[in-house]
Order: sequence, then C-alpha cells, then structure tokens
Amino acid sequence: MTTISLPEFRPVPEVILTARDLFMSRDDRPLFENLSFTLNPGRVQQIEGPNGSGKTTLLRIMCGLILADEGDIEFNGQNIRSVRLEFQEQLAYLGHLHGIKEELTVIENLTFMQKLFSNQDSEHDLLALLETVGLAGFEYSPARTLSAGQRRRLGIARVLLSDAAIWVMDEPYTAMDRKGIKMVEALISAHCQRGGIALLTSHQSMDLSHLSETPVLLGGQ
Amino acid sequence: MFRAFMAMFNRDLLLAYRHRSELINPLLFFVIIISLFPLALGPESRVLSTIASGVVWVSALLAALLSLDTVFRSDFHDGALEQIVLSPQPLTLLVFAKVLAHWCVTGVPLILVSPLLASMLHIKEEALGTLMLTLLLGTPVLSLVGSVGVALTVGLRRGGMLLSILVLPLYIPVLIFAAGAVNDAALGLDVSAQLAFLGSMLVLSITLTPLAIAAALRVSLN
Repeated sequence: MTTISLPEFRPVPEVILTARDLFMSRDDRPLFENLSFTLNPGRVQQIEGPNGSGKTTLLRIMCGLILADEGDIEFNGQNIRSVRLEFQEQLAYLGHLHGIKEELTVIENLTFMQKLFSNQDSEHDLLALLETVGLAGFEYSPARTLSAGQRRRLGIARVLLSDAAIWVMDEPYTAMDRKGIKMVEALISAHCQRGGIALLTSHQSMDLSHLSETPVLLGGQ
Repeated sequence: MFRAFMAMFNRDLLLAYRHRSELINPLLFFVIIISLFPLALGPESRVLSTIASGVVWVSALLAALLSLDTVFRSDFHDGALEQIVLSPQPLTLLVFAKVLAHWCVTGVPLILVSPLLASMLHIKEEALGTLMLTLLLGTPVLSLVGSVGVALTVGLRRGGMLLSILVLPLYIPVLIFAAGAVNDAALGLDVSAQLAFLGSMLVLSITLTPLAIAAALRVSLN
C-alpha cells in the first residue's frame, strides 16, 4: 500500500453540532421529518440514502446554506444563525461544486482561499498541501486544465487549509482514483484523531467503521 | 478582515483581466450608443448640446445594467459563492469588495472616456467637469444598487428581464440629479445642490446596499 504524506495537522477545538427535529419538504413531499442527531468530537457521521433522498439538502442545511422548514442546527448549544462567524470559522464544506476559478492557476486559487479561510498567523505551506493531495507539479497550471478528480483534490486542499473542526463532505470520493480514496480516508481518520468531526455522504463503503456513528438513513430505508 | 477584503478585490480584478474581451463590452456599448446620436440627429451643435447630458447618462445607465450581470453569475455557477458565503468573514465586506472591483473595471472606463464623447455631443467646456463629477458620484451608485437586483435574480434562469424591471426604477433619482446638474452647469448655474444629492445617495448606497446584497445572496443560495 502506498503511504500518504499527511500535512501538519493542527489541533482543533472540541465542538458539538446538533440537528434538532429537522423537517424538510420538497414539492410538498417530505424529505425527512423529526430528524435529530448529534455530532461529537472525533467521530464520523455518515448520511445514507438513495438518490434524491435529500442527502445533499441535509448537508447544506447543516452548513446553514439552506434553512430547514422546521427545526434548528445548534453549534455548541447555540443556533448557528446567531453565532454565524464563529460557526463558519470551524466549518469546511466540500460540495459538488468546488468554487474553483478556471481562469486562475491552481496556486492562485488556493492562495485566495487561504486568505478567505484562515488568518495571517496560521498560514499553511501551500506547496506542501498540494503535495499531500497529489497535485504537486500542477501549481501553475490553469485550473481549467484539471480533470474532475484533480478538481476534487484541490477542493480537499481547501478543506485542509481552513483548520476547521467540522468537515462536511458531499460524496468526497466522486471522481477519485483508488489512491485518492485512500488519501481521503487517511485524512478523515487523522482529522477525527485530532478531535475533529466529519459529516459525509457516500455511496462507497468506507474503511472508517471504527470511527463511525450509526449512519443517518434517509429516504425511508 | 482587511486581508480578506483585499484578497477578494484582487481576485476579481485578476479575473476581469483574464476576461478582457468581456470587460470591453459595456464600454463599447456606451461609446457606440452615444456616437449614434450625432449620426441620427445631424451634427448641429444646438440640438445635440440640449440633449447631450441626458444621452450620456441614459447610455451610462444602460451600460451599467449590461455589465451588472457578470458580478455574481460565474461565482454562483461554479460554487465559489457558496464558499464565500461560508467563509468566516463578514459577507457584507466581501460583497462590497466584489462590487468595488466590478465598478473599477466597468464604471471607471466610462468616466475616463466621457470627455471624448462630450466633445462629440458639443457639451460646453464648463459643463465637462460637472459631467465627470456626476459620473464619478453616480456610477458607483448604479453598481451598488444594481448588485442588489443581481443578487436577488442570480439564481433564476432568465433573470435578465426581471433585473431591468427591478433596477431601472431605482436608477431614476440618479438620472434626474446627474443629468440636471450637467444641464445647469452648461447654463452657468450653481450645481452644488444636485452634487450634494448625488453624494448623499452614494454614501447611503455604500453603507446600506452591502447589507441588502449579502441578505439577497443568502436567499438566492437557499
């Protein structure tokens, strides 16, 4: 098995994220109701369900991008809307889209994200970070030349540079090769070992069972 | 916080620079519309100079509207907007940086090219300074107020028409005071009242519209 060079992981604060009595409907069809769960430090929480069962919607609600029809998301016991900036400081979201600007080079994209997501005295070595995610040598390539898997890797580099305690990942393995999947698993497991939280959806079985809570099942399974 | 503001501002300028061809469109539009008037009405200075201020300002309004579409659209479609909204920085500050960068690349060129167009329309020399000053005070208002409309319609598939209907009425006060100031200046009258109105509109929109833009973007992402 190939070894993955992990970046210098900084300790993260212990936080708790709670979903309370969530209800969400789409086109008058309930996606989920009375959904409650708690994410504790050091644990992986998976969301499972068939296509269209509302996994992405749930993740976006947990990030505060979408407002649930009913129910609250609490960050350390407080509604995320009242502590927005503190919450977002501890949040890294990897969605279907990566927010990569195609006109910029890989390193320009990452430099911008670094300035947005971390403060001056906690800057990461971006080249080392790119090496971790397997993009060494692509620093000065325009992002439009990257493949789908490489874009995903760049998205993961962005997650790493934020030093956030909560990772919310929507299908982190999409478009990844076998080595990439191993890398993401290693990163998630290292993140949990430092006390972080990972909330993810995936159709692939993962080798993280020792860290995982019972999956949240959506779509009437 | 200032670091994030500068990063956002610089990134948008860099993106605009890499998209130079798109950048030139509003300016070209502005120049072409204005140069059509002497062709259509004949080159007599009397006719042209009476309508000149209105022509310049209506063209500036339409050019601003044309360019606005690009403020948030690409960020919305490639997911960058999501990341900006989720970043631990005040969203109002980041959207202000975006609009400021947008004004620098679409509004400032209009101001710079206006003396040339003014001479084409026989605007009196003594009114030229006022024209440029009204553009300097007025075009940022157009960008800021227009961005609220863009933020509201960015998630819609055909937001273009709706945007014009939403935004153009809000542009009317700027149009009235700016065109009025240029007319009065051409007659040798005092224009400080109109300029004061434009200035206060600018201050109001700098302070209030970023809040509205941030709120509208959150709604659009919902």
